[in-house]
Amino acid sequence: MMHKAGRAWVFGDNVDTDQLAPGIYIKLPIDEISKHCLEAIAPEFAGSVSRGDFVVAGENFGMGSSREQAAEALLDLGISAIIAQSFGGIFYRNALNFGLIPLICADVSKIGDGDQICIDPEAGEIRNLTKDETYACEAMPEHLLQIARAGGLLPYLENRLG
Amino acid sequence: MGQTLAEKIIARAAGCDKVGPGDIVTCAVDLAMMHDSGGPRRVKPLLEKLGVKVWDREKIVVVSDHFVPAFDLQSAEILNLTREWVAEQGIPNFYDMQGICHVVLPERGHLKPGMFVAGGDSHSPTGGAFGCFMFGVGATDMAGILATGETWIKVPETIRIDWSGEIPRGVCAKDIMLTLCATLGLGGGDYQVVEYSGEVISSLGMQERMTLCNMAAELGAQTGLIAADQTTAAYVEKVTGEKPDCQSWQGDLDATYRDIFSFDANDLEPQVAPPHSPANAADVGEHVGTGINQAYIGACTGAKLTDLKMAAEVLKNRRIASNIRLLVAPASVREMTQATQDGTLGILLEAGALLMPSGCGACASYGAGVLGDGDVCIASTSRNFQGRMGSKSSRVYLGSPYTVAAAAIAGEIRDPREFLEGFGS
Ligand code: SF4
Repeated sequence: MMHKAGRAWVFGDNVDTDQLAPGIYIKLPIDEISKHCLEAIAPEFAGSVSRGDFVVAGENFGMGSSREQAAEALLDLGISAIIAQSFGGIFYRNALNFGLIPLICADVSKIGDGDQICIDPEAGEIRNLTKDETYACEAMPEHLLQIARAGGLLPYLENRLG
Repeated sequence: MGQTLAEKIIARAAGCDKVGPGDIVTCAVDLAMMHDSGGPRRVKPLLEKLGVKVWDREKIVVVSDHFVPAFDLQSAEILNLTREWVAEQGIPNFYDMQGICHVVLPERGHLKPGMFVAGGDSHSPTGGAFGCFMFGVGATDMAGILATGETWIKVPETIRIDWSGEIPRGVCAKDIMLTLCATLGLGGGDYQVVEYSGEVISSLGMQERMTLCNMAAELGAQTGLIAADQTTAAYVEKVTGEKPDCQSWQGDLDATYRDIFSFDANDLEPQVAPPHSPANAADVGEHVGTGINQAYIGACTGAKLTDLKMAAEVLKNRRIASNIRLLVAPASVREMTQATQDGTLGILLEAGALLMPSGCGACASYGAGVLGDGDVCIASTSRNFQGRMGSKSSRVYLGSPYTVAAAAIAGEIRDPREFLEGFGS
C-alpha cells in the first residue's frame, strides 16, 4: 500500500544518535528532545518538518547509541519512514519497534532535498513524484514486515501475548 | 562446513543444530542487562501496557551508571524509579552506583563463554571479550525480552581481524581500535560480527580485550567477539569460582568468514581521532601541538584499572598544565578501590587530577564534566560525535589513556612516549 506523499529531507552519511537525540536533553520527555533533533547539522529541521515527511540519508544512518529516543524523536516530529543506503543496526530495530519504517535503498542519491516522494514498503518501492522516477528498495524479511504491519513491536507483542 | 563462534552461540540459543548467515531466528536470552537511562524508566510503562511482569528475574541485571549520583531533580527521579522498579520486580542483581554496566557485569561474574546476552546499551559488545555473544538493543526491544525471554536476530557473518606482532610500548588496545575505525570506517562492521584473533590478542589481558570488543560498536558491528582462552578461563574462574567451558565455544577451523583482515602491531603508533568521528584517527604526530582545555579519563572504554595505570605511568611525578582540567572517572567502584590500594589513584591525584564518580558522567554529557562552547577536550572515551560531550561547538579528540595523560601535562596534544621511561631523552 502506498503511503501518502511527503517532502524528502536529505542528509549525508553517518548521521549519529547524538545528533538525533542529544545527550544533554535525554532526561526530558520526547516532545522536548525532538525540538533539538538534528539541530547540530540542520538547525531548521525540527521547526519546519511536517507530518508525513520522509528522512532520506546515506550510509549508516542512526549509528551510535542504543537510545531509542533517536528514532522516537523523528516519529514525534511526524516522520513516517526513513530511507537510507544503510542503517546503524540498533537504530534499525528501534525505528521498526516504533512502527517507523526503515527502508534500505541503493538509489537514495537520486532523491533531492525537497522532492515529493511516497513509499510502498510491502512492494519495496519508492516513487519520486517530483522527478517522476521509481526506485527499488530491499525487501523487508517477513518477520520484520509483521512487526511493521502491527505498527511496532509493542502492538505486535500485544497481539501475540493477548 | 564449519561454524563460526557466533553461529554456534546463536544456534544454541535458538535451539537449532545450525544457523546460517541471514537467517532470522528467535533466541532465548541467557541474560538481559539494562541501565538507568534505557532501563526501568523506559521499559516499565511498556511492560505495564503489555500487562506482564519480567519473565525471569534471575536472568536480569540492572546497573545505575548514567545519571549517578543524582545531580538534579530529574536524575534523582530516574534513579529512584530504577530502585523502586527493581524492588517491585524482585530483581536480585542490582548494582546501584557501583560503576559502568559494561565493567560491572564481568567483574561481578555475570558473563561466561557461550552465553547469549542482550544489553540495553550500544557498548554491550564489550561482553564479547568473555566469549559471549552480547549485543545492544533499545528499550522497546528490551521490554520485549523482559516480557518473553526471547528476541529475534538476523544471523550475522563474521569478519575476522587478526593482529600479529607485538604492541610497542606506549601503544595499547585503544590505538588498535582507532586504527581500525580509520581503516574500516564507522560502517565497516556492517552490523556483522568482528572477531579478533592472533598473537597480539592472545597476549592481551581481559581489560584490553574489553576495549577491543567495546569499540566494535564504533565499527558498526553487531558485536565483537574474542574466543575464550586460558586468560578468559582464569578471569572467569576467579570471579565466579567455577571453571568455564571454553572448549565448546570456539569457531571451527573450516568456518566461513566474510573477510579476514590482517594487521601488524609492530609499527603501530599512538592514535588520535580529531572531531567529530573516531574514523578520523591518525598517528598522534599529525595532531601534536593542538591545544586543549579539558582532559578526560573515563568511560567503559577508557577508565578500567589497566587504563588508569597507563595514565599513571605518564603522570608519575609530574603536574598537569595550569590552564587545563584533568577529570578522572574510574570505570567502577571496584576498579577505583584497587587503584587506591595499588597507588595508581594517588599518582593521578598528585598530578592534579580531579576525581569524578564511577559512572558515565562526561562521556555522553549525562553527568558532571560537560563541555561548554568552544571547549576542546581530549578523552579516553569511544565517541567524539558533535555535541556528545556537551556544546555543539565543543571539540573532542579521542586518544588512549597514555595520550590523554600526556596532553594533560603539556596542555596540548603530544606523543605520550615522550613522557615514558625508556624512550629517548
Ligand atoms: S561510559 Fe559512555 S560509552 Fe560507556 S556506557 Fe556510559 S555513556 Fe556509554
